[in-house]
Amino acid sequence: MKMPLSALIGLVLTGLFLFVAIFAQFLAPYPIDSAVGGVWESPSSTYLLGTDTIGRDILSRLIYGAQVTIFVAAASSILAFSLGAILGFVAATKGGWVDQVLSRLVDLVMAIPSLIIALVVLSVLPLNLTVLILVMGVLDATRVFRLSRAVAVDITVMDYVEAARLRGEGGGWIIFREILPNALSPLVAEFGLRFIFAVLFISTLSFLGLGIQPPLTDWGGMVKENKDALVYGKSAALMPAMAIAALAISVNLVADWILSRTTSLKGGRGA
Amino acid sequence: MHPVLKLVAQRIALGLLLLLAVSAVIFLGVEALPGDTAQAILGQSATPQALANLREKMGLDQPAMVRYFHWLGGILTGDLGKALTNGQDIAQAIGQRLGNTLFLAACAGAISVPLAILLGLVAARYNGRWPDKLISGITLSTISLPEFVAAYFVIYLLTQLIPIFNPVAMVFPGMGFWEKLHAVALPVIVLVLVVLAHMMRMTRAAILNVMQSAYIETAELKGLSPMQVIWRHAFPNAIAPIVSVVVLNLAYLVVGVVVVEVVFGYNALGQFLVDHVAKRDLPVVQAVGVIFAGVYISLNILADVIAIVANPRLRHPR
Repeated sequence: MKMPLSALIGLVLTGLFLFVAIFAQFLAPYPIDSAVGGVWESPSSTYLLGTDTIGRDILSRLIYGAQVTIFVAAASSILAFSLGAILGFVAATKGGWVDQVLSRLVDLVMAIPSLIIALVVLSVLPLNLTVLILVMGVLDATRVFRLSRAVAVDITVMDYVEAARLRGEGGGWIIFREILPNALSPLVAEFGLRFIFAVLFISTLSFLGLGIQPPLTDWGGMVKENKDALVYGKSAALMPAMAIAALAISVNLVADWILSRTTSLKGGRGA
Repeated sequence: MHPVLKLVAQRIALGLLLLLAVSAVIFLGVEALPGDTAQAILGQSATPQALANLREKMGLDQPAMVRYFHWLGGILTGDLGKALTNGQDIAQAIGQRLGNTLFLAACAGAISVPLAILLGLVAARYNGRWPDKLISGITLSTISLPEFVAAYFVIYLLTQLIPIFNPVAMVFPGMGFWEKLHAVALPVIVLVLVVLAHMMRMTRAAILNVMQSAYIETAELKGLSPMQVIWRHAFPNAIAPIVSVVVLNLAYLVVGVVVVEVVFGYNALGQFLVDHVAKRDLPVVQAVGVIFAGVYISLNILADVIAIVANPRLRHPR
């Protein structure tokens, strides 16, 4: 199967971002938190992307920011998927009151915009990485729950699930050995979309000053730190903004491709 | 009773129940988390005695359910309590800002809805050809940007490269309508960009869906021009899905407004909320949170009601 150009570009860029995030410590030319130059210096051969509000190298901070942004987004998406998919499968296989309670609970959380819930919760909880990942993961799990329940409901009526039940397999076997392998492809495509959503969400929270706290930094926080530069015509705030946009678009391209592949595999008409 | 009325009444009743449940989540959910208001005021180093005294003074020693119903009663009668940080009356502070938020959202809605429908119609008319591809390509790239990133691109473009606007949107009580409109131009452009893509894509999809019906073929065969086919035959039948996606996006607008207000330093409800989250002023956050959630849920109910009313199969039961 030939890969479309857009997916290839997306894949290469996503890989590049991951590489930068993993090896940030070796790639960054300057330390994350030391003022090495003047305030808002323009890009030069010493500071490839210029310097920020207090003279820190923007490229280095972007690289360290990639690590934090991608780590938090990935951790919260993984949490969202483990929690959402398992509860979704349980709701679909058990049915009855378990399904009712879980589904209504998810309806309730999804009826409130996630940003509003997150703000209310974060006004009480301490702001640290663990709390942020937990809050984002649990909020996002509701979306995964909806999808995985819908997918699993279709699978539970299949003959092979019935056969497994009649053999006397337990709930764990049915969920992990019968449903999970068959529900995997739509979930993988969804993972890409949830990951982007998590990147945008953590960036937005940090931009509002309620996400990653110093001395750590992420892209949303960098936009916030450098926003005044725009008024003076400096592009410092645009660099992290562009990084967020580039990551979001490249993961989107990959997810789109996986999505169209899985629908064509299933004989669906495709979008 | 007419079946449509019954459906609508059911939907509204369900919505009110949902609002009640949401208020419980916002109040009791926060109660369940570690730390409380007294702790927030006195800080981590407070002595247990001082904490207990303050809790008693604020009524925090009462069970959570009692305080919830007290709080709920307050909301229903317009008494939202006092802010922790400055003792200001919350209802009054919100009242001043809610108008600004609604003004911003209304401006964005008034521009984005007709524009999205028009672009959707054009894209459907030229389905698969260059105008469709151009419109779809541009909207696809704006859909994957968070509000604040879109905002800074717009600011850079319209205040630095082509300097026609001010990067800060200040609105004062005494300003005239046109002055206000000019002041909010930039935030409105950003909000329009953010919601336009989704609305336009759904309009296009709804029309293309209808275009496969037999009566469209009839209309084409009797010699109507493509735009006439869309306008006279496809659009009326696609109204229900279009209206519901429009209303859903207006609901989204109410949330997107939070971030955009912070970007432009626009003194309204969203900025107020974010400030008080940072100050850990729980009563204010809960009150504003309930208002945002309430507006969001009401618009969602409205979308459902419109979808029910616009469905001719329900309007004329057999």
